Amino acid sequence: MRSSVDSTSSTRLRSVEGGEAALPGGSALIDVESATVDYGGDPVLVDIDLTIEDGDFIGIVGPSGSGKSTLLRLLLGSLKPVSGAVRRRPGLRVGFVPQVERIDWNFPVTVTECVGMARSTGLRTPWIGRRERAAIRDVLERLGLHGLADRHIRDLSGGQQQRVFLARALYTGAGVVFLDEPTSGLDVRTRHEVLHVLSDLNADGVTIVLSTHDLNGIATHLPTLVCLHGELIGAGAPEDVLVPDVLERTYGSPMQLLEHGGMRVVVDAGPAGSIVPFRRRASAEERVGGAGS
Amino acid sequence: MNLNDLLDPYQFEFFRNGVYVASLAGALCGLVGCYVVLRNMSYIGHGLSHAIFGGYAAAGLIGVNLFLGAGVWGVVTALAIGGIVRRRPIGSDAAIGVVTTGSFALGIALVERYGSPGRSADSLLFGNVLGVNSTDVWLVAGVSVAAVAFILLAYRQLLFTTFDEEVAKATGVRTTLIDVLMMVVLSATVLATMNVMGVTLISATLVVPAVVARMLTDSFSTMLVIATVLGAVGGFAGMNLSYHHDLPSGSTIVLVGTIMFLVVFVAGGRLRRRAGTERHAH
Repeated sequence: MRSSVDSTSSTRLRSVEGGEAALPGGSALIDVESATVDYGGDPVLVDIDLTIEDGDFIGIVGPSGSGKSTLLRLLLGSLKPVSGAVRRRPGLRVGFVPQVERIDWNFPVTVTECVGMARSTGLRTPWIGRRERAAIRDVLERLGLHGLADRHIRDLSGGQQQRVFLARALYTGAGVVFLDEPTSGLDVRTRHEVLHVLSDLNADGVTIVLSTHDLNGIATHLPTLVCLHGELIGAGAPEDVLVPDVLERTYGSPMQLLEHGGMRVVVDAGPAGSIVPFRRRASAEERVGGAGS
Repeated sequence: MNLNDLLDPYQFEFFRNGVYVASLAGALCGLVGCYVVLRNMSYIGHGLSHAIFGGYAAAGLIGVNLFLGAGVWGVVTALAIGGIVRRRPIGSDAAIGVVTTGSFALGIALVERYGSPGRSADSLLFGNVLGVNSTDVWLVAGVSVAAVAFILLAYRQLLFTTFDEEVAKATGVRTTLIDVLMMVVLSATVLATMNVMGVTLISATLVVPAVVARMLTDSFSTMLVIATVLGAVGGFAGMNLSYHHDLPSGSTIVLVGTIMFLVVFVAGGRLRRRAGTERHAH
């Protein structure tokens, strides 16, 4: 696995040989070395080697149950490996944007309160003073949420809701922002909106790591991908990892690659048989339903 | 009814103490109840008050300080529920049902067999304003000061943990400590309120002001303020009404809260419909 990762890897995602030395200085923010994770049963992640560097924009892809969320939590530090090590740059702050499905939208918080709850330094007064309000307004403006400070988080569009949670992560002064399936449940236009915001932030120097199951909508647009199936199958630029061999080992079934307008499109090459037309029909309906919502 | 009639009961010390305790306990329960409701723990408030009754009886029997014994019992019960849920495939509602009802049954058995320590079993179960003395006033005042101090000092961490525990933990909030302290505050609140409200009615004083406040605002800080005020008003009005209409204090306070709920529920529905049609018109 390591060799296939290394051979296709870009300069940013490299093998961890020498990673230890790179952490205190260098550009490495988080260094995962031979990490194995379980939840008390069979391991969910096996022998993961991965280095996140300053300025990275990485998408973690893989089928359901492949350990995408677990890898995010490992990088975030909320999970500890049973063997191996995760090292981070001293003083590194991390932000996390949860899946929208996990958020309690009936919880009474305004946009300002939602961003302000994450304050991690200084005097954390119950009230939000004038100076802090201005700081929050700056973060909101940076993310295009001007004028929404006193709205309830439910009274926003899907893309605005995502950006509020991004604002919360940035407000903590996070050097790395992790996003768990940031585009699940969003329509095509909102998906593009979120991708644009993330690209802009990355261009401003924010390191971004996200998990996604959306290969064509998200993954192909990212500079770096990590393909996961319990172990690291491939890592590198999309043109290097979105190849039939890596995809088949990641998803456990053959995939075809098409070129469309200079873009790579991954399609399920599924087994021929009576079940295929039904599956195509179902997924087409799902896509229509999803886009309409 | 003239002013003198209204002021009539205030000549009695027991009534003054009762009003102080009911108003203060109402405010305290309103404040703490916001966290209980927003963490979907309404049932734990109900269960905890029943569990603490068991601790109260047991503490009396083995001769330790009633409040200390019952308080420790309450915290241990709350932590035991968490422990059971983590270690066995049992839902938290079922675990609360088993642990707190068991503890309540133990309390009933001990009280029936050995007699009630301190107060009558009836007043513990249903609340008794006549039993309120100045110690109770100081107890509620002390718990209120501690609860307010905790909530002010840990405000943002508490809000973050209540809203989104996993992310709070991942970004450095000590959520386990916050959880344990919240349980201690909740147990102390239940204990201090038990004499006025009675074990069986405490959960309503925790839940009702918070629910009414939630219907009135979308802001967390505003909800805390409204729930605290509504709790105090409910306690004060309930105590006065109970005297003038010769009703039990605990149930009158709960009924006042229920009426507040109904009024806001009905009026809120109308306001929302009107806001909806106005938005349509634009």
